[in-house]
Amino acid sequence: MSSKAATRRSFLKQSIGSAAWALTAVRGLAAGSPSTVPEAGRSRVVIACDPRVRHAGASFDSAQVAKLLDRAIQASFNVDTPLEAWKRIVRPGEVVGLKVNCLGGRGNATHPELVEAITERLRQAGITEIVIWERQNSDLERARFKIVEHGQGLRCFGNDTLGFEDDLSTFGQAGSRICRTLTSVCDAVINLPVLKDHGIAGVTMALKSMFGAIHNPNKYHSNGGDPYVADVNMLAPIRQKLRLHICDGLNAQYEGGPSFMPQWMWPFNGLLVARDPVALDYVGWKIIEKKRAEAGMKPLGELKRQPTYIATAADREHRLGTCDPKRIERVEI
Amino acid sequence: MNALDRRAFLKAASLPCFAACSGALAGARPAPLFAAESSENEAQFIKEAKFYEKLPYKKIKCKLCPRECVIDDAERGYCGVRENRGGTYYTLVHSRVVTAHIDPIEKKPFFHFLPGAVAFSLATAGCNVNCKMCQNWEISQVRPEQVRSMYLPPEKLAGIAKDNHCPVIAYTYSEPVVFSEYVLDGAQAARAAGLRSVVVSGGYIQADPLKQLSASIDAIKIDLKAYSEKFYREIVNGELKHVLETLVTLRKTGVWNEIVYLVVPTLNDTDAEFQGLARWVKSELGPDVPLHFSRFHPEYLLKNLPPTPIETLERAKAIADAEGLHYVYIGNVPGHPAESTYCPHCRKKIVDRTGYSIAGVYIHHGKCQFCHTAIPGVWT
Ligand code: SF4
Repeated sequence: MSSKAATRRSFLKQSIGSAAWALTAVRGLAAGSPSTVPEAGRSRVVIACDPRVRHAGASFDSAQVAKLLDRAIQASFNVDTPLEAWKRIVRPGEVVGLKVNCLGGRGNATHPELVEAITERLRQAGITEIVIWERQNSDLERARFKIVEHGQGLRCFGNDTLGFEDDLSTFGQAGSRICRTLTSVCDAVINLPVLKDHGIAGVTMALKSMFGAIHNPNKYHSNGGDPYVADVNMLAPIRQKLRLHICDGLNAQYEGGPSFMPQWMWPFNGLLVARDPVALDYVGWKIIEKKRAEAGMKPLGELKRQPTYIATAADREHRLGTCDPKRIERVEI
Repeated sequence: MNALDRRAFLKAASLPCFAACSGALAGARPAPLFAAESSENEAQFIKEAKFYEKLPYKKIKCKLCPRECVIDDAERGYCGVRENRGGTYYTLVHSRVVTAHIDPIEKKPFFHFLPGAVAFSLATAGCNVNCKMCQNWEISQVRPEQVRSMYLPPEKLAGIAKDNHCPVIAYTYSEPVVFSEYVLDGAQAARAAGLRSVVVSGGYIQADPLKQLSASIDAIKIDLKAYSEKFYREIVNGELKHVLETLVTLRKTGVWNEIVYLVVPTLNDTDAEFQGLARWVKSELGPDVPLHFSRFHPEYLLKNLPPTPIETLERAKAIADAEGLHYVYIGNVPGHPAESTYCPHCRKKIVDRTGYSIAGVYIHHGKCQFCHTAIPGVWT
């Protein structure tokens, strides 16, 4: 977070040095941990939008972002309070990783305002250790996050801090070292991708964001990332620790991604929340296609950029979720 | 960082990705071996790339290898060692050495290039393919910041090679194509210092950079991974046709070239492939290009396969011999008679090899000492 953003009282309250936030030991996923496996039948994808999240300029209203998050999470789990939902996602004592997506720099990265709201709710749900992480420290800094490598409570660092496992994890065409932040520090991971176009893969949201957890993402962009994106999400440490996907669509981009291209951004003012990353990506892809059509642009398929990896992630070998519209419950609030 | 003396270098060498091993290093030699600087200074490794095209919206298209990666701002190409920064493309690995050894030239292998010479051999991180049997994946399949590296600019590289009595500098282990700016500058410095330069490559490179490279170096060994597009597609993540084009271009440039074919059980070991390869080599490159059939050992993502049976290698050699190739070798089988070079005319042994050691060279002024047949290669 930028030094300016870091002065926010709530952030500081949770940041380093808070004695109440005891460093918990590294441990594996506890037996009986909350599951992200889509409920039998249908996968719910909540689309929550509210123009009040945006100030007159390009900045966002933290309080309104938190309210939007609450509504989205509550609807996602169909419970009476946001806290009830968070308690289904994480358990007290767990170290929770927040995987942000910062490649696009401050223009189209996961917003610190959203991350701030999530850390506050996690704290209320009894989580004392949170790690915000991404590929590299420099990526985080460009997106206004402040690097905090040590201490207790809230830390924030890139994979360059702890590096990668020595051993390869493999599935299908993927053979990768996974970052130690995910394997050795976090018990659970909440994925916070951005709603945007991708020049090679078509779109990049929940599934593709996991390229930030491996040492060799550059090897997996052939054939529009298919089947690599799906295969990477099958790597055991990733599959076992992902609990929830909250796609940041406060700003969204329908062309020219993954880099920040202001001419193709639009104020979506929303969040997409799902436990099923395939369903989330499918819904997000359709939102981007709709916007492209409104802007008079060709569909991604005509540009040979259809994100075919989404269907691969749903196939028999992967079963990471569903991209069948009949099995997706799309909830707009 | 101060210049590393021998002890400091060897200490660095004990780190996972910075290993030095050779008899030459073991000898007492007080002079600094490695005038290196700290890898913490990232800027020293970054130079504008040579072969690329600028595109609208700060994108670039890399023109170094056949992939022609189109890369957004702040992104890297497939090889992971070249990055778009604000619409300008940079190599991140100029002078960024991750491993250095002093090796016999036979280890590359070059069998028709200065037999018995030692080569100061080095690599940076990165590769533009992803072979499932890669023996060096821990340096070839990583990004430069994921491995320990040392700063070794061209003039210092030439100086170290000379100080260690290495007449040759070899760019090897990972994929020199992806650090070609460093190879070009290093080869220039080597030439000025009276040294030769050789490259060990998969040959996945476009014609223009290849021609520049060929003009700067003295020999190149191409790892031809298979003679089928299927293998290249499924095991290498590349295309055979580009490597064949490279071999034809090399033939035209005249730079000395040898070919290695790693025989992987069940994946590229049929008679039809061996025959197709031998026929292609003979018709497109001529019968005098040395062809090495090498033994595979299970590595990386192909640990499920056994080492190549020696009979398979012998079968490959017999097929290539029958097709009329003059210099067909068997590699990675120390002590095998097919490690030695035989005159194609009188059949006498003219380079007597066991493993990487040379017991005798019976070539005089480039000719068989027994029957005076010209033997292609670089012998002096
Ligand atoms: S050299 Fe690297 S960046 Fe350039 S085309 Fe090849 S793989 Fe892509």
